[in-house]
Amino acid sequence: MNVTDYKMMGVIFSNMHDDSMGDLTELRTVGSIPYGGRYRLIDFTLSNMVNSGITDVGVITKLNYQSLLDHLGAGRAWDLSRKRGGLVILPPFSRTVAGGAAGIYRGSIEALAGRLDYLRSVDARYVCLSDCDVITNLDFKDVLARHVETGADITVLYANMEMRPASRDLAALETGPDSRVLDVTLNPREGGSMKVYLNMVVLNRELLIKLVESCYTHGEYSFTQDVLQKRLRDFHICGYEVRDFCVRVSDMQSYFAANMALLNPEARAQLFPPERPVFTKVRDEVPAKYGLKAQVENSLVADGCVIDGRVENSVVGRGVRIGRGAVVKNSILMQGTIVGEGADLNYVVTDKNVVVRTGRALCGYTTIPVYLQKGFSV
Amino acid sequence: MTSKKEWIAMLLAGGQGSRLYTLTRKIAKPAVPFGGKYRIIDFPLSNCVNSGIDTVGVLTQYQPLQLNEYIGNGQPWDLDRLSGGAFVLPPFQRSAGSDWYTGTANAIWQNSGFIERYDPKYVVILSGDHIYKMDYGKMLAFHKEKGSVATIAVLEVPMEEAPRFGIMNTNPDLSVYQFEEKPACPKSNLASMGIYIFDWPVLRRYLEADDADPNSSKDFGKNIIPAMLAAGEKMYAYPFDGYWKDVGTIDSLWEANMDLLNPAVPLDLYDPSWKIYSRNPVMPPHYVAPGAMVQNSMVTEGSEIWGTVDFSVIFAGVTVERGAVVRDSIIMPGAVIHSGAQVEYSIVAERADIGAGAVVGSRPEDMDDKDKWGVTVIGDCVRIGPGVTVEPKSMVDRDIRGV
Repeated sequence: MNVTDYKMMGVIFSNMHDDSMGDLTELRTVGSIPYGGRYRLIDFTLSNMVNSGITDVGVITKLNYQSLLDHLGAGRAWDLSRKRGGLVILPPFSRTVAGGAAGIYRGSIEALAGRLDYLRSVDARYVCLSDCDVITNLDFKDVLARHVETGADITVLYANMEMRPASRDLAALETGPDSRVLDVTLNPREGGSMKVYLNMVVLNRELLIKLVESCYTHGEYSFTQDVLQKRLRDFHICGYEVRDFCVRVSDMQSYFAANMALLNPEARAQLFPPERPVFTKVRDEVPAKYGLKAQVENSLVADGCVIDGRVENSVVGRGVRIGRGAVVKNSILMQGTIVGEGADLNYVVTDKNVVVRTGRALCGYTTIPVYLQKGFSV
Repeated sequence: MTSKKEWIAMLLAGGQGSRLYTLTRKIAKPAVPFGGKYRIIDFPLSNCVNSGIDTVGVLTQYQPLQLNEYIGNGQPWDLDRLSGGAFVLPPFQRSAGSDWYTGTANAIWQNSGFIERYDPKYVVILSGDHIYKMDYGKMLAFHKEKGSVATIAVLEVPMEEAPRFGIMNTNPDLSVYQFEEKPACPKSNLASMGIYIFDWPVLRRYLEADDADPNSSKDFGKNIIPAMLAAGEKMYAYPFDGYWKDVGTIDSLWEANMDLLNPAVPLDLYDPSWKIYSRNPVMPPHYVAPGAMVQNSMVTEGSEIWGTVDFSVIFAGVTVERGAVVRDSIIMPGAVIHSGAQVEYSIVAERADIGAGAVVGSRPEDMDDKDKWGVTVIGDCVRIGPGVTVEPKSMVDRDIRGV
């Protein structure tokens, strides 16, 4: 087969799952949630696409996407600032069944229905669709190879994960021995180990266009419900298991856990392999500086930080300042957080540019970390 | 003809930097890593763009590959412009023969065609081996205000150090009446920083005349400046009082890195209005492991610290294994310090590998004979075997097998 026969394009939904994230998405999209000290969630799926040789990526936005636009720019950091193809931001058009205001689509099918022009304009045989809620490092070329090999119409990605009972916004798969998807269940009541759908699929572009048109004319809008569930018997749908590091962010608790997972060296090795780097916006920060009394253990520290206090089991974002005598444990400090001298934080998530003044103490718990919103001052 | 510019900069980046020995074996001096995530050339390039200069010619000659790749289209410094931008200018062949750059003045003269394309009023001449932050815009304002045709930035140095520098002897109004290269008995302590602003049409005349002189060594300090003074051109010294360091030697390179750890040194890299730009590594934040200790140090993204790091500058992607100790040292990108190794007062170049239990360098206070002490240098990609001891002041440019 010719190389161009395998050409794939990407479509990323930046705002799917906005509602379940609570405070984290009050002023931003899921795609622009800060993660791991220097990233935004969209960096992972975008870098995966770029590292898989995809050079056409459309990002379908919805609401609150200023931070996303700031972050993505023209796509240069991902090498997607191109004359041919590259990154295309797709603010939604008002073409919803509900006839609502611009951008109020209800699901990915409806979002795509509004931007079929883009899907039609790119000369690629395959499409990779992805939300931004899953953090993993994978090669979509491997997925496509399997997709072609199995002769599937649609290949859906999943990972075995341990889920709490009544997890929200979750689709679980049941697969047969030939990896064919036999059943898709939404928000299963029971917890435990399950094959969690990663909101990433690979399929033929022409098929996707047909599916979107068919669903749209039938008033259907959700890929999971209206394609994977309703049309499960009409198509050959195969599962592709992601075995390396893979975490899903669906609320504050899972966001906290997903950050803490990075303190494991094995997890970092799988998420940041040198041959598939994770790209993000360049901020030209200075290297982190440790003072005379700094004491840091088991923590990730991004560039631009100035650390004079004690930090344990924490993820410290770009440009964070931690004063003398301050103690930060089990916390996630986003970009530009300032922790004053002698302050004491345990199980705290500070959003961007939070200020914790001298001597203040805050303490949460692993299941309910204290969250301080962007720009907040304690 | 491209659009006219008021001023452009020419950055002399062709020098070998032979006094950095093994560090410049494969790369030009301006490409030598500095300060955790920078290369030396980031400082003049960032100064240019922060000063509002949008066209910079970078003159390369010695080992240019890495420097060319690093500068690329100038985008990291915001120097990818529709008109102007960053240009790498190697020597080139022409119909009347071709030549290497034979001196700083000759390098500029050979590129007068490049300068003419922008028809600038002023040309800033910079060198690629100094660490400093400076607003060339203020210097240009001074140049205009004085009605100068040649302005040279100067720094006050201690009188006893003056004999090491090119010294400007000035009148009270800062006009220069004499230039002395490394004078034995200096009359002043105003040292030239190697930063010049010239009226281009005037400089062009002197370069042309100098080119025709077979006895000239084609150097700004030795030939052009004295010739201009002799002809009575208006020349002024522009006093600069910030941090400035020539990093042309192993000791000064080591010191300048260590200066970044000293809060008393006036070189603020954290000033958002005067950022130093660089080509950023694409790596996750650095990780400090349980049991590790990091103090008084700079650490860059992509590093993994399991051991002890004190008074050191750690570049991107460095690994310091458990039980390893790094003190008063500079560890350049991708180097690995294996478990139990001890590195003191050393510069470990890119991707070098220090074997388990090896001892590299030492502290001056641990030496019986202080004269034998000095900064130790491990060259790029050099492997030091497990258990090997590398004496202080050594310069290692090939692998040493373990014991």
